[in-house]
Amino acid sequence: MGAINFSNALGIHDDALQLRSRRAEVLANNLANADTPGFKARDFDFKSILAEEASKQSSAGLSMTTTHEGHMAIGTSGADSELKYRFPTQPSIDGNTVDAQTEQAEFARNSLDYNATFEFLNGKFKGMRNAIRGE
Amino acid sequence: MSLSSVLNIAGSGMAAQSIRLNTTASNIANAESASSSVDETYRARKPWFSVMEKEMMAPSRDSNGMMMVDEAMGAGVKVDGIIEKDAPLQARFQPDHPMANDDGYVYYPNVNVVEEMTDMMSSSRSYQMNVEVLKTAKQMLQRTLTLGQ
Repeated sequence: MGAINFSNALGIHDDALQLRSRRAEVLANNLANADTPGFKARDFDFKSILAEEASKQSSAGLSMTTTHEGHMAIGTSGADSELKYRFPTQPSIDGNTVDAQTEQAEFARNSLDYNATFEFLNGKFKGMRNAIRGE
Repeated sequence: MSLSSVLNIAGSGMAAQSIRLNTTASNIANAESASSSVDETYRARKPWFSVMEKEMMAPSRDSNGMMMVDEAMGAGVKVDGIIEKDAPLQARFQPDHPMANDDGYVYYPNVNVVEEMTDMMSSSRSYQMNVEVLKTAKQMLQRTLTLGQ
């Protein structure tokens, strides 16, 4: 293992950035469907996914190899286990559970978190560049 | 890239809401369009929204063999069609009206102007919301392009 290794150097931040951009997509989809009858608002359980990623990073090398495209990683049972339905505070009569204010607040928070993660990642790259240049 | 699909999703939301605004405008404009028969009278129109699903045919998998989350979530909103309301028309007794039928009745559309106004407020707010999402996603994407600079 080399001294400068991308996955070691970047840590969890590149995964976090991807996750936050995906979450932006889920929340945008909730907002776009704010007037669709019967639509149920969805969201990630961010904490559990991040914990899973962190444990994956700490136990790198112990993961099982997948030899078939149908194989799944341990502890994950596919996409549906990650995307949860939001508990509605004021469900509307047409079965829609999107609370526009909540979703908008979550979207704003998510974009701030995205910027924060981006700053971390940018700092990592700057650090690596300084290490390479030896300045 | 998920952030560029946020742009698509917000765009689909804006398109759907502008269709809704269009039907509202049409309904309000035709609220007093009289007619002499039930069949020819204008009826209030409403768009029917539904979730645009991503293709579930071949779910892509990541390096761990896990199904990508992208496949499980929707990809915006689409207008399935425009339906006409079957609320009863208003028949008014106006024998002097040029469109009056033999009994002296004129039929007016089943447009409820109050309902249309609230619908207009709702759709313009939803449109604004989608614009905000678009704006934020654009800023996030532009920020990402500066990575490592």
